[in-house]
Amino acid sequence: MATRDHQGRHVIAVTGIGCVTSLGRGVEDNWRELVAGRSGVRRIKRFPTDGMSTTIAGLIDFDIGADAVADRTLTERLAHVAAREAVENAGLGRVGDFPGPLFMAVPPVEYNWDERRAIYDHTPPGPGAVYDRLIAGARHNTSGVGYFPFGRIADTVADSFGTKGLPIAVQTACASGATAIQIAFETLRRGDAEAALVVGTEGFLHEEAVIRFSLLSALSTANEFPEKAAKPFSGNRDGFVMGEGAAALILEDYDAARARGAEIYAIIRGCGEKADDFHRTRSKPDASAIIGAIRRAVDDAGLSPEAIQYVNAHGTGTEENDKMEAFALTSVFGEHMKSIPVSSNKSIVGHTLTAAGALEAVFSILTIRNSVLPPTINYEVPDPDIQLDVVPNVARPARAEIVLSNSFGFGGQNVSLIFAAEPA
Amino acid sequence: MSETEVWITGVGLLSCLGEGEEAHVRALGTTPPPLNVEREKFAPYVVHPVAPFNIDSQIPRRGDQRQMQPWQHIGTYAAGLALSDAGLAGKPEFLSRADLIVACGGNDRDIAVDSTILEGLHGANNPGAFLNSHLLSDLRPTLFLGQLPNLLAGNISIVHKVTGSTRTFMGEEGAGVGAVGVAAWRIAAGQGDLFLVGGASGAERKDLLFNIELGGFLWKGEPGPVWDRPAEGGGIVLGSLGAFLVLESRAHAEARGAKPYARILKVVADRSSREPGAARAAGDRLVAAIEPQLTGADVGVLSGATGVALPTNEERGLLDDLAAKGRIGPVRGAATVLGSGLEADFPALIGLSAIALRRREFYAPFAAGGFEQPATVPPERILATSWGHWRGEGFGLVERVS
Repeated sequence: MATRDHQGRHVIAVTGIGCVTSLGRGVEDNWRELVAGRSGVRRIKRFPTDGMSTTIAGLIDFDIGADAVADRTLTERLAHVAAREAVENAGLGRVGDFPGPLFMAVPPVEYNWDERRAIYDHTPPGPGAVYDRLIAGARHNTSGVGYFPFGRIADTVADSFGTKGLPIAVQTACASGATAIQIAFETLRRGDAEAALVVGTEGFLHEEAVIRFSLLSALSTANEFPEKAAKPFSGNRDGFVMGEGAAALILEDYDAARARGAEIYAIIRGCGEKADDFHRTRSKPDASAIIGAIRRAVDDAGLSPEAIQYVNAHGTGTEENDKMEAFALTSVFGEHMKSIPVSSNKSIVGHTLTAAGALEAVFSILTIRNSVLPPTINYEVPDPDIQLDVVPNVARPARAEIVLSNSFGFGGQNVSLIFAAEPA
Repeated sequence: MSETEVWITGVGLLSCLGEGEEAHVRALGTTPPPLNVEREKFAPYVVHPVAPFNIDSQIPRRGDQRQMQPWQHIGTYAAGLALSDAGLAGKPEFLSRADLIVACGGNDRDIAVDSTILEGLHGANNPGAFLNSHLLSDLRPTLFLGQLPNLLAGNISIVHKVTGSTRTFMGEEGAGVGAVGVAAWRIAAGQGDLFLVGGASGAERKDLLFNIELGGFLWKGEPGPVWDRPAEGGGIVLGSLGAFLVLESRAHAEARGAKPYARILKVVADRSSREPGAARAAGDRLVAAIEPQLTGADVGVLSGATGVALPTNEERGLLDDLAAKGRIGPVRGAATVLGSGLEADFPALIGLSAIALRRREFYAPFAAGGFEQPATVPPERILATSWGHWRGEGFGLVERVS
């Protein structure tokens, strides 16, 4: 008999995972480093940081492998690395012929300054303005810089992996990875596909990106000891640390996965979403939108709040986010919150922005599978306003069979996902 | 289980022709329709600029206006038009649970800052330090928020109070197809009953012209019918465009007494490599899924053809074959009149389809020359097509509600 959830919907499993971050390439290396609490944050060497107030990040500056399509941007190459691992360990279809659609969280990649300058310098001056010379350079492009429409990243992944149909590429700021999972989840739940490839990727750390976030006072400036800069939930937190990475998940109809004897990594039990209309970069003071997203996820999963055993926090390390997230969690879970551990992977890998929701989904699933809670590192100064068990500094063995993963972003984006161990 | 009907109950359009149903019906009912283009500012390119609009009527707070880029003004304005048209504006009981899907780009540049840096980098002793010092002193934080794609949705939430959920899709024309598609598929499957969905694009941007021209896609001659451009190399004429739709389940619309423009029968989409013949093959596969509902002269076609040679020619080949088989009636190439609004194109075509179906009158030919023939019967269905300038093929079939 077909397996159905509490509302009679298809049950959806995760049958493959892959990731790459500043901690390394692949699920195994990442989990080992994450549990050990070894930070991937380093001093930035990719570009000059003269004059910048933040000079550290969780950059991917190591060789991610020859199969990672050398002529493409890092954001694309990271997506390929993570997707390949997920497809291979799901054992579903093969690279080049994946039997389902693609859902991607993509950053709004643009030409960087090296590229802009190459085009400009390749073009003889004309009578018009500077920008007209740049456009003339585009018209007669001899610089070697290729066309990069917003659809390109999803398109190259769709090409390489042979996914079916028109890819859906989403951008909901720092919730993007979770949004991509959510849309894939809905697609499978209504039976429009039996499997989907979901990828979130972020490899676009350049000087202008760092400066933009600095101008919003969002970044940590604790440059002296890079690995200690990201301090989510602590009293001396001073902003997030940017990171790069990608994560991929294979979502599959539970019955179809069982029928082919696939390994079930986790069940996706529910998702919830609520938009904020208060401010472009800040939450409503009553946290009602964040609370709404968490409550909807719990309701959608058909659970009572007491069923949640662990929270993979958004936990950026900014004053605002951590305060509001802690307040929202306490509001939803009440007294029970005292017995729910919460940790922030961003303390270790930095904030991978567009990829974060997908990456933290992978880490949530690994938490369930391994019965180990990864730590929130750099927690030395408690914040009296945040009464959470943040799994400080050291990983903790603990069963966590039902896990809530939060993702929030600029523009009022709030998404919560719930992952669980079998049984469905 | 029978699928839930997807009703279009609100349309918000803002383009070079003006705003709303009347302006578009008036302009698109004349042959040839007016050609509203800007020829000087972006020479050698022409663009279709947005018609003047009273921004205060939909975005009353100056503080909100200042936080947005022009394309976000266009989108937020068009979203407000759609909500007003559907009778939802100012009704929190609906807006607070409406789901929002936006298709758009972003990445606006500050042309003056970029120009200063490009010129200065040329002779700078320490280019890295020069670049950083200018970025640090010249970038405006409001531009960063204005260039973030998902801040159009964010602004729609803030200004119009649509807060059920918000999602932003990226990827040029295909993002518009995906946005309308996901909303329609979710309603049909009972995964939601009230959506605001649409897109916006601003053509009056040198940075966007630069981006598209790096692919060699811009049309450089006199603006003319999209169908005529492939013979001279092909190309896009960009148009500023905002298009939003209110989509509802039939039951939800009836319960609140909302009248439909039309219903969305199907949205289908695929992608192809764009090797010669690939887009046509994808189009053939998609048409197979809707062919039973292509019943002849009463099916008008609103094409999103961009004028780029390969996809425009292959789409035209497919439409010619469908016409020869008696499957479709008259064809209109909307970009001839509106320009190409990329992510906003497909929502605009669905909106224009809805308007024509409710009025029971298709639009007059946008171009002389034979391919666009006058309608002989009122439309029962309209096929909206989107073959992206670079990737993605999609169709939407919209039907009259009697």
